[in-house]
Amino acid sequence: MATTAQPTAPSTPKMVTLTIEGRQVTVPEGTSILEAGKRAGILIPHYCYHPGLPVAGVCRMCLVEVEKAPKLAPSCATAAADGQVVHVHSEKARAAREGVLEMLLINHPLDCPICDQAGECELQDYTYQEGPKELHLKDPKRFHPAEDFGGDILYVTNRCILCTRCVRFMDDVAHDTVLNVEERGDRAVIGVFEGKEVTNPWAGNIVDLCPVGALLSKDFLNKARAWEIDRAPSICPGCSQGCNIMLETRDNAVVRLQPRPNDEVNKYFMCDHGRLDYRWIDRTDRVQFPLVRDGQSLVATDWDPAIAAASKAIAGKRIFVAASPNLSNESLFLLSELMRAGNGTGAFTVPTGPEAPLPGVEDLSLRADRAANGRGAETLGFRRSANPLDGMNDGDALIIADCELDGIAPEQLARTGSVVVIGTTFPQIARMASAVLPTANFAEDEGTFTNLRGRVQRFTQARPAPGVARPMWWVLSDLLTATGRTDATFFLASDVFAALGKSHPAFAGMTYDSLGLRGAIMAGAEGAR
Amino acid sequence: MTAAIPRNGHDGGHEHGAPYQPVFVGARRQELDELFTKYPTKMACLLPALWIVQDERGWVSEEAMAEVADVLELTPAYVKGVVTFYTMYNQHPVGKYLIQVCTTSPCNVCGAENVVGAFLQQTGCGELGVTSADGKYTVIEVECLGACGFATPVMINEGFVESVTPEKVPQILAGLD
Amino acid sequence: MGYPNPVSPQETPVLSQYFGNQETISLDGWRKVGGYAALQKALGMTPAEIVDVVKASGLRGRGGAGFPTGVKWSFMKPGDGRPHYLCCNADESEPGTFKDREIMRWTPHALVEGCAIGSYAIGAETCYIYIRGEFTEPLLRVRQAIKEAYDAGILGANAMGTGKRIDIIVHKGAGAYICGEETALMNSIEGRRGNPRIKPPFPAVSGLFAQPTTINNVETLAAVPHIINRGADWYKSMCLSNPKSTGSKLFSVCGNIARPGNYEVVLGFSFKEFLYDLCGGPPKGRSFKAVIPGGISVPIQTMEEAEATKMDYEGFIEQGSMLGSGGVIVFDDQQSMVKQIARAARFFAHESCAQCTQCREGTAWTTRILERIRDGEGTAEDLDTLLLIADNMTGKTICVLSDSCATPVVSGIKKFRSEFEALIKKTTFHPVTAAVA
Repeated sequence: MATTAQPTAPSTPKMVTLTIEGRQVTVPEGTSILEAGKRAGILIPHYCYHPGLPVAGVCRMCLVEVEKAPKLAPSCATAAADGQVVHVHSEKARAAREGVLEMLLINHPLDCPICDQAGECELQDYTYQEGPKELHLKDPKRFHPAEDFGGDILYVTNRCILCTRCVRFMDDVAHDTVLNVEERGDRAVIGVFEGKEVTNPWAGNIVDLCPVGALLSKDFLNKARAWEIDRAPSICPGCSQGCNIMLETRDNAVVRLQPRPNDEVNKYFMCDHGRLDYRWIDRTDRVQFPLVRDGQSLVATDWDPAIAAASKAIAGKRIFVAASPNLSNESLFLLSELMRAGNGTGAFTVPTGPEAPLPGVEDLSLRADRAANGRGAETLGFRRSANPLDGMNDGDALIIADCELDGIAPEQLARTGSVVVIGTTFPQIARMASAVLPTANFAEDEGTFTNLRGRVQRFTQARPAPGVARPMWWVLSDLLTATGRTDATFFLASDVFAALGKSHPAFAGMTYDSLGLRGAIMAGAEGAR
Repeated sequence: MTAAIPRNGHDGGHEHGAPYQPVFVGARRQELDELFTKYPTKMACLLPALWIVQDERGWVSEEAMAEVADVLELTPAYVKGVVTFYTMYNQHPVGKYLIQVCTTSPCNVCGAENVVGAFLQQTGCGELGVTSADGKYTVIEVECLGACGFATPVMINEGFVESVTPEKVPQILAGLD
Repeated sequence: MGYPNPVSPQETPVLSQYFGNQETISLDGWRKVGGYAALQKALGMTPAEIVDVVKASGLRGRGGAGFPTGVKWSFMKPGDGRPHYLCCNADESEPGTFKDREIMRWTPHALVEGCAIGSYAIGAETCYIYIRGEFTEPLLRVRQAIKEAYDAGILGANAMGTGKRIDIIVHKGAGAYICGEETALMNSIEGRRGNPRIKPPFPAVSGLFAQPTTINNVETLAAVPHIINRGADWYKSMCLSNPKSTGSKLFSVCGNIARPGNYEVVLGFSFKEFLYDLCGGPPKGRSFKAVIPGGISVPIQTMEEAEATKMDYEGFIEQGSMLGSGGVIVFDDQQSMVKQIARAARFFAHESCAQCTQCREGTAWTTRILERIRDGEGTAEDLDTLLLIADNMTGKTICVLSDSCATPVVSGIKKFRSEFEALIKKTTFHPVTAAVA
């Protein structure tokens, strides 16, 4: 029967349907069985496989039984096929994986009590889940001394399971082949070339990638046990890339930042500049209580009188806001409302530094702009300038919004009508301020940042603010109300965000729920859908 | 006590100190350029380039690895990873004569270990992998040399001697300068 | 010939006809005995015709896998616009095997001719001959032969005046048994650590430099000119047993035997006649105890099994082993099987590339246990542990080095258990009683 030729449809991937552990799952052709398993909600144990790295297939931990196939299949390196029936927990597959675990354990030192990885160690995890109950080894374990790989990286050779994730990351993702495998057989170790140690700006990722405690961060060494750590999803404030992170605290002190996966922003990685720059979050020179002027001095007081004093200080004057580009969209929004109410303007200064791209990932780099929300500040009407007081007129009420006022001489503040500090610290230069209102930093608050591509992303609270410091948007809400606004009483950051959405088309339709943990591009930005 | 399976570096004496002289100059550089015409990538010239270094110097030092990395546009770490994989690249200086005796099963059943013993004793080395005091000899065991029917085969540097027995060892040693 | 011994009448010298002959090393000498007539003829055929002839001959890979060569060549898709490569595997590192070195040092032009025909047949303009670094003489001879061939216009941009390009390059290995594995060999040519690759993709789809590639053993390629000259039927007719195993094969004989050397016999030959007659039987005053017929990676045979074997792919399988590379290692009654199996394990532990967990750890662990047993420090559980490790090492890794280490352990414990137990129970090992028991 004749058929007329059809124009070829735009290419949609061919789909295949397979059964894994009794669950049917449909995936694009070419997907590995391991990834298909994830879609079906089944985690096949593995070490060397990582979705951000080329497949190696060396650890042999991901072996599964495929009906009608003569041998067990390494699921990370075997394509899912139509009609395949895969058994992950059959006797044969389990026995094979138990064998792999035993082989890994025979030379692996029983270091758990002193190893940083304990509690977040994949060797522990899978051994608990399906490892041998006893080891048959009666011979001594092999021994290697630990090695300093340079930078922040410590290599505890004995613990290495030779998964080669670190080697593949440096080679294929960082394009900086500083790690190798040396020797053969059970003498094999990961090595560096003497004099060319690991100082790559993305090297810290190999510590995350290492499934065991072989690669460790010297910065994190012995600082906290994995089970003592509280984790909050957040956004790295180190630059405008906006890498998604987990902000980790122990007893409310920040001990570590780790990347959180986001396919659209940072894949699985973050740079060392952002990773290791967290000590400022716990700085001890924080303003903890509201301060109001009483003659020559500032005295601590309650919030209500402090808001009243601040409101009085700015009343009737043009308002100028010196903003920090690390403030949340919510805070910047309410600042801009204050600014407009006072017929004023605002400016922000962004420190810059050299870029450091991660070549193996599209559009991922340590950015020149070393601030989290420069784009947000721009979008909300603040002027980017080298001068934090760019646009300030004599007699203005200067609101210093968490800004250190670098490079400003004291005389310049003398021409203001009044000064109010709203922020985490009290810069010395602003000691003539009428009021100082203490706020929470990004680790103590909830809100959103906008990255350089216009992606609006949420960060969440990791720990309480010191003293009686409050979220800046809450403080600004009170100030706005004190100036007479009736529609500016916000108790939730999400409500501020909703108001922002009503007020600015770029944020229209966005809610915290719609942003989720991935974020969304502002309307009108390149990449917006 | 069972001996550890040996690392590939032929652990032995170290002779670092003199300033490094590049290998790939003059005729050797021409050899390298010739190699570039035989392979579609520079990386594929790595094993032959390392052979040029070993032919020239007798061993592959870390400085040489760095030089090879430079001329082939690879990293030193990468080159080192390859060098340490292959047993024939000496990572330390060896004696004037590197005596390599096969002791794998087919030769083992034909008395290869006695041949090793004879060499160790008569060169004065006494121990595997250690260069003799006069710097002339280093004796090591190697795996199958592919001459099993001519047991025991022995390589001395690039030279290949077949059918060695302990009785022939003095004559073989005398025949080297 | 059972080189270095004189040819025995039961042999069929095809590849070994000129072993020991100084004349046929050179181009002139090779031409005098009809060399390069096959290449001339082949260049006048189409590649598809050549592939068909080789298929019809029944030639199977002589490196150890025994895969039908013509079928392997037919995987190379002609006209795909991509550069094709032929790799000749002259890494010959399988203990017990020493046949390729003889082909290369006595008849290097046979290999050059075979590589040229093979290249043309699979649409390759470039062939790399990977010769292990220890093969000083073969390297010298093959390099010299290639130079002669280029000078005579046999190789190069205009091979034998046909306008077709055939380039052959020698790549010298640097000491790694695993580089005899076809994908590790390709990695080694590419300037990488000799790590085997995961398959798929298969070399014919993505091989050397990610291009379609075929890898063949020296002996396989050296047989090709003969097949071209004398025809597929001639080769197929050389068959003494199973029709799926045709042609002649070089068997490298070594160990405790009167006349070690390379013997060329037609497949299907009687192994008993081979060992006792051609090779002269055991050394004086000794008796045979065991034989590994195909290189150290195949199962050990008892003499009962060996003496019932027909020497072809199927015949060895029927008698508890495999033909493999044809490296016949013979053990006499003076040898300790435990000691030799321990030494075999040590070999594998030394050669493991370190990628796969079971091989990296298992080969070394196996060696340690076996050496403890050898030294009288074995325990009762050790044999069970060895078998457990061997099971974990079988069928679960990227390549079969892991399986190869497990094989002598499993076959050794199965067939010579009493020797192991004697050492574990710390009784003195009596060779005579062990042979009788």
